[in-house]
Amino acid sequence: MKARVIVTLKTGVLDPQGKAIEGALRSLGIEGIDSVRQGKVFEVELAGTDRASAEAALKTACDRLLANTVIENWRIEFA
Amino acid sequence: MKAVVVVFPGSNRERDVGRALREITGHEPHYAWHADPVLPAGADLVVLPGGFSYGDYLRCGAIAGRAAIMDAVRGHAARGGLVLGICNGFQILVESGLLPGVLMRNAGLKFACRMQHLRVERADTAFTRRYAAGQVIEVCIAHGEGNYVADDATIARLEGDGLVAFRYCDADGVVGGAANPNGSINAIAGIYSSGRTILGMMPHPENLIDALVGGTDGRGLFESLAA
Repeated sequence: MKARVIVTLKTGVLDPQGKAIEGALRSLGIEGIDSVRQGKVFEVELAGTDRASAEAALKTACDRLLANTVIENWRIEFA
Repeated sequence: MKAVVVVFPGSNRERDVGRALREITGHEPHYAWHADPVLPAGADLVVLPGGFSYGDYLRCGAIAGRAAIMDAVRGHAARGGLVLGICNGFQILVESGLLPGVLMRNAGLKFACRMQHLRVERADTAFTRRYAAGQVIEVCIAHGEGNYVADDATIARLEGDGLVAFRYCDADGVVGGAANPNGSINAIAGIYSSGRTILGMMPHPENLIDALVGGTDGRGLFESLAA
């Protein structure tokens, strides 16, 4: 089973890297972009086939390591 | 003073802080490896040194903050033992939950490597008793992720309970503006735990202990620990 964990900055947390990327896109002349916020994507291969236990394991992984919940949100998507 | 310096893969200031401890407290520190499940017996002080533990992968300090030895460091802290985290060590302390908040990418996006003035906020702690409250010291900074951020309630608690250890300032002790190298809220350069037994700070006092190499304003911190 494959899953994808997406970690994004919480609303209101300043994102200097996103701002820099936004500026770079503007300097490339790519139009129509209002703002950019960057985050992380983790592609995870899971050993079992039980989705509920996989989801539980991934939630623990997010809370304990993959995201810093002081500043980041996470969500899990199954392929 | 029995000090233990924890070495993670990618730590690179452990010898600097070890030298400061040896020269100023008169005792050679012990070095502990991140995978050790326990600390050497009788440790008074645990130091998490600067560097780039685990290559700053995932987030600075994130993987080191979950290393095997950190449970022992938590136990040491819970018993009231002193913990000092410098630079990457501060990042490890916030990632491990021993101190609140988070250290974000510098607001200016650049790695900041320069001399920096700090204001010592209080001089009644185990880390600062050889300084004076309000004293301005000059040490160095070398970090890309030192922008201290926490939610409003945490900042209010840190300020209200007197848990800010150092603030970035100019040579006259004035806080704000260009004197803040990384955008930290309230120019926070270092904070204490609620019992003031844990100190996390981004600047490097351990590199300012010798007049031949930039100055001696960092000595006070180690003299305080030895006192």
